[in-house]
Amino acid sequence: MSSIPMEYYLILSAFMFSVGVAGVLIRRNAIVVFMCIELMLNSANLTLVTFSSYLGNSIGQVFVFFVMTVAAAEAAVGLAIIIAIFRNKKTVNIDEINIFKW
Amino acid sequence: MEQNLLLTYLLLTPIIGSVLVLFFKKEQKELIRWFGLAVSLVAFVISLVVYFSFNQTNPQFQFIHQVIWIKSLNISYHVGVDGISLILVLLTTFLTPLTLLSTWKAIEKNVKMFTFSMLFLEVGMLGVFISLDIFLFYIFWEAMLIPMYFIIGIWGGERRIYAAVKFFIFTMFGSLLMLIAIIWLAVYASTTLGYFTTNLLDLYKVGPTVPHDIQGWMFGAFFLSFAIKVPLFPLHTWLPDAHVEAPTAGSVILAGVLLKMGTYGLVRFCLPLFPQSAVQFAPIISVLAVIGIIYGALVSMVQTDMKKLVAYSSVSHLGFVVLGIFAMTVESVQGAVIQMVNHGLSTGALFLLVGVLYERTHRRDIAFYGGIAKLVPLYSTVLMIAMLSSIGLPGLNGFVGEFLILIGSFKSPVLNSWWFTIFAASGVIFAAVYLLWMYQRVVFGQVTNEELKHELTDMNLREMIVIVPILIFIVWIGVYPSTFLKLTEVSTQSILQQVGTFTGNLLK
Amino acid sequence: MINLIYLTTLLPLAGFLINGLFGRKIKNEKVIGIIGSAAVGISFLVVLGAFIQTLGLPAEERSNTVELFSWLNVGGLHIKFAYLVDQLSLTMSLVVTGVGFLIHVYSIGYMHGDKGFWRFFSYMNLFIFAMMNLVLGDNFVVLFLGWEGVGLCSYLLIGFWYDRKFEKGTTSQAAKKAFVVNRIGDFGFLLGMFLIYMTFDSLNFKEVFSRAASFPIAESTFGLIALFLFIGATGKSAQIPLFVWLPDAMAGPTPVSALIHAATMVTAGVYMVSRASIIFASAPVVMTVVAVIGLLTAIMAASIGLVQNDIKKVLAYSTVSQLGYMFLAAGVGAFSASIFHVMTHAFFKALLFLGAGSVIHGMHDEQNIQKYGGLKKYMPKTYVTFFIATLAITGVPGLSGFFSKDEILWSAYANGGFVFWLIGAITAMLTAFYMFRLVSLTFYGKERFDHNHVHPHESSAWMTVPLMILAFFSVVGGYIGIPKVFSGEHGNLFEGWLEPIYAPAQAKLATYGSHTHLEEILLMTVSVAAALSAIYFALYVYGKKPQIAESVSNKFKGFYNLLLNKYFVDEAYEAAVIQPIQKGSEKFLWKIFDVKIIDGMVNGVAFLVESGSGFIRKIQTGVVQSYAVVMMVGIALALLWLILSL
Repeated sequence: MSSIPMEYYLILSAFMFSVGVAGVLIRRNAIVVFMCIELMLNSANLTLVTFSSYLGNSIGQVFVFFVMTVAAAEAAVGLAIIIAIFRNKKTVNIDEINIFKW
Repeated sequence: MEQNLLLTYLLLTPIIGSVLVLFFKKEQKELIRWFGLAVSLVAFVISLVVYFSFNQTNPQFQFIHQVIWIKSLNISYHVGVDGISLILVLLTTFLTPLTLLSTWKAIEKNVKMFTFSMLFLEVGMLGVFISLDIFLFYIFWEAMLIPMYFIIGIWGGERRIYAAVKFFIFTMFGSLLMLIAIIWLAVYASTTLGYFTTNLLDLYKVGPTVPHDIQGWMFGAFFLSFAIKVPLFPLHTWLPDAHVEAPTAGSVILAGVLLKMGTYGLVRFCLPLFPQSAVQFAPIISVLAVIGIIYGALVSMVQTDMKKLVAYSSVSHLGFVVLGIFAMTVESVQGAVIQMVNHGLSTGALFLLVGVLYERTHRRDIAFYGGIAKLVPLYSTVLMIAMLSSIGLPGLNGFVGEFLILIGSFKSPVLNSWWFTIFAASGVIFAAVYLLWMYQRVVFGQVTNEELKHELTDMNLREMIVIVPILIFIVWIGVYPSTFLKLTEVSTQSILQQVGTFTGNLLK
Repeated sequence: MINLIYLTTLLPLAGFLINGLFGRKIKNEKVIGIIGSAAVGISFLVVLGAFIQTLGLPAEERSNTVELFSWLNVGGLHIKFAYLVDQLSLTMSLVVTGVGFLIHVYSIGYMHGDKGFWRFFSYMNLFIFAMMNLVLGDNFVVLFLGWEGVGLCSYLLIGFWYDRKFEKGTTSQAAKKAFVVNRIGDFGFLLGMFLIYMTFDSLNFKEVFSRAASFPIAESTFGLIALFLFIGATGKSAQIPLFVWLPDAMAGPTPVSALIHAATMVTAGVYMVSRASIIFASAPVVMTVVAVIGLLTAIMAASIGLVQNDIKKVLAYSTVSQLGYMFLAAGVGAFSASIFHVMTHAFFKALLFLGAGSVIHGMHDEQNIQKYGGLKKYMPKTYVTFFIATLAITGVPGLSGFFSKDEILWSAYANGGFVFWLIGAITAMLTAFYMFRLVSLTFYGKERFDHNHVHPHESSAWMTVPLMILAFFSVVGGYIGIPKVFSGEHGNLFEGWLEPIYAPAQAKLATYGSHTHLEEILLMTVSVAAALSAIYFALYVYGKKPQIAESVSNKFKGFYNLLLNKYFVDEAYEAAVIQPIQKGSEKFLWKIFDVKIIDGMVNGVAFLVESGSGFIRKIQTGVVQSYAVVMMVGIALALLWLILSL
């Protein structure tokens, strides 16, 4: 483990994050957007774990658990909302979900 | 000290009442009405207890109850009354049950919400009059806007949304300026007293020491907020709209109590907090007040809608009150306070009576009526008395207020000119013109409209129960005003003394 | 009885409340009428008792105050609700309650069958209540209470038949006009009060007047106070320029015209001026103004009276004219003469109005004297009493009007000058002429009414007995004021009785010029001769040669029309004052200034905010992703800036 330099993890994490951002910005499918958000969260988790391991400080890892918990809760609520919307509008295309817009 | 909690009980009664209303079922209209009435009557009884245990010779605030609220900012729940606030508290608790009773048949839509709003409104009004913490005052001041907004906006006439929004924004605009001034003042207090405070009694010592130019600005901010509420010419245009669109109960409370909050604010805050600026600006403000008196009367004269006519007459009457306050003599300020009550009673009665007609015919235009004396003699008599009180006929309440205001402003060293009084007194003539003219067109003559014969019925018992107590006070204040003048005497003197100490002795 | 004087206001008030609250239920006219009349009648007895008691007191103790309660007590202002019982207020009270009682009794007959019977009596009692407060008040504020109160009753009673037409408009229009014009006067009165309070630091009569006599106060201040008070008086007592309401006030029932618009209320202005005599006497310029206004009003109203055809209108203008006399008297410093004339005038003018009411009653509500004629044989009692009153008002020697009028004319000559006397005498001549024109057209000559529809008849005893009593007083009422020139060393009793009231004022006035008794008798003879010739002329023209009247009116068509239309004063006021205010308020103040300018500014601000935010709103597309892009770009730029600045 220790042979892999820290930069690798960070670059991977940055790459994952960028993919997530790009997905959130570009994609129109709500579920994909949602997955991309998860991706961004996980990339942040990866960064936290990396630093925690390299600095020998466990707080980062504790924090990751928090993030994962929140992400899980968020996934549950978020998916529920998406399903509810799908039931109503028969679509999850976010361009068509515009009832709040005027 | 158990007694000190009285005001808190008074405030809690409508609070608890309004919360309890929410637990009723929407369909239990009768029950809700009775409950609302009962709550407001309890509040009235408590205010009477306050009145009877009030020491009229003590110029200090009484029944003070203070509980720390936000400790770091020295903000506290701090209530107390002096004579001036007490008389207005009594007016509020007196008018609220009457207005609730007056809406017995008029409000059918969402009675639950309406009763809730009225009780909530009473909380706001009482809070404004008894707060001794300027921050608390501000909260009540703003809180009262919300129920009034709904009362106009939900139960109002055709253009109710426009009127409600206009009312809200107008008042909100002024009070935001006041908020800035409040914060500034509290911060300034921390430089002189050494601690941040919004306690009014402390601020009475701080306000007059504010540097002159800044004091002018702060006075302006407070004044603007109150002047909009009064409303002083030329800030009055929300009033006719709000009155015309509001339901009868809304108009009565609006005219009876809400407008008094503006004039109360002038007496309670503008004069004692910023005495130098008050004296400095008194002539300009009085000019506006006098313009308002004549302007309101003239515009009132040519109205075709009865409610609008009464609304514009309020502009005229409150011009008298503002003139009285800024003439700053004992006579005129006492007159102004009694005139606040008078206006609440007379104009409240007029709105109630217009409402009685409106309930039957759903028309408010003067041209529709004519000759109703034949059809509804009792109503015509009652309307006559209310009208005469508004005209200021000696022996009825209106005269006492107007006379004191005019005689006080005539010899006022602050205004130092007769012209204010001379022009203001001409309002006495115009008041007779517009009200008598309306009365003549509505009540006298032949019955012009066949519809009236079918629709008009004379006042019923419930309506008489609403109006007779008001008439009793109209006569009482006119014949034996000492009961009421005594109540406010020492408080008025202490306010004027505060002004006098900082601006050279104005009192004789 | 002095201490019970409050009964004289309390009883009418009680009568007002009883009849007002329960009258509709009582229904029985007799009961209502008796309650109303008794309230006034007993008041009269109380006043009489107080009068007798006061007579028994030595002259310096005749002024007593009866305090009821403290009314307004604010700062330096201490107003008590108190009554002042002195020579002047007793005189006025006797007239008010006495004549008032007779008119109440008369009304039982006159108002018989009217559906507002109970309302009428309650208003009348309210009037007596207010009027008694006016004359008894011991300070300006109580006086003002009565002052406005009588105005209110006048309003209510003029518009009593609120559904009837009156001339070009309605009775309620006439009522409103009366109230508003009175209010203009009240405005002056109020200012006068304020100035008094400021100058003397009191509004109590005794205090103010004693200070007025002793304080060193500028004449201009006195002048201003007196002028303000006089404006009030011109409103209530129908003097130029505020006389226009009184002729219209005839829209009310005739007893009302008799009580309010002839005998009592309209003399309130005279009473007030005479009460404040010291203030007026201290302002010689205003005194002259009062005299001149009185004189002008007298002759102007008399000239209008010459050509009017409505029986009540003639009497109304006659009243205005006689009130002018009273002010003339006050203006030349003969205050007691003016009060004396108030009293005699109350007798004969009330009688004239009641007689006119009896005629109108008998003629089925016809008021046009051109449609009367020859009524003498149908209404003998009315005729005789009316004739006596006419003789009294024209100043035929031996009747009450002669004494008071002569007193006034003499004072006008002695203190004013020859011109004052001359105009006064001409007015007396005109008075004699129009009064006998009235009598002639009504009671003599051909019967010009339609016999098929109108059956003239004498009125009931309810009405004729009060007429006779008033006729009695119209004859003898003057003998308490026989001028010095006849009574010798006893002097003028009436003047002596009121002397203590006016002593301070007389002290301030310039002393009488020295005039001989011969002069007085000479002038008296001239004026009486003039009046008698006018009577003869009127009887000749309207009795024998009606064509003369017609040819004269044709010859001076323009002048005749001017008189017939009352100098177009109403029209001038309408065009110069009422219309501009009304139209200006409606067209400019309300519809343009209020709605367009002020509210326009408010709505304009709202519109600006709305359209401004409407523009900014477009940035908010509502597409969350585009917000996210903006966010990302922002973050990127921020990072870039951070990196570069490192």
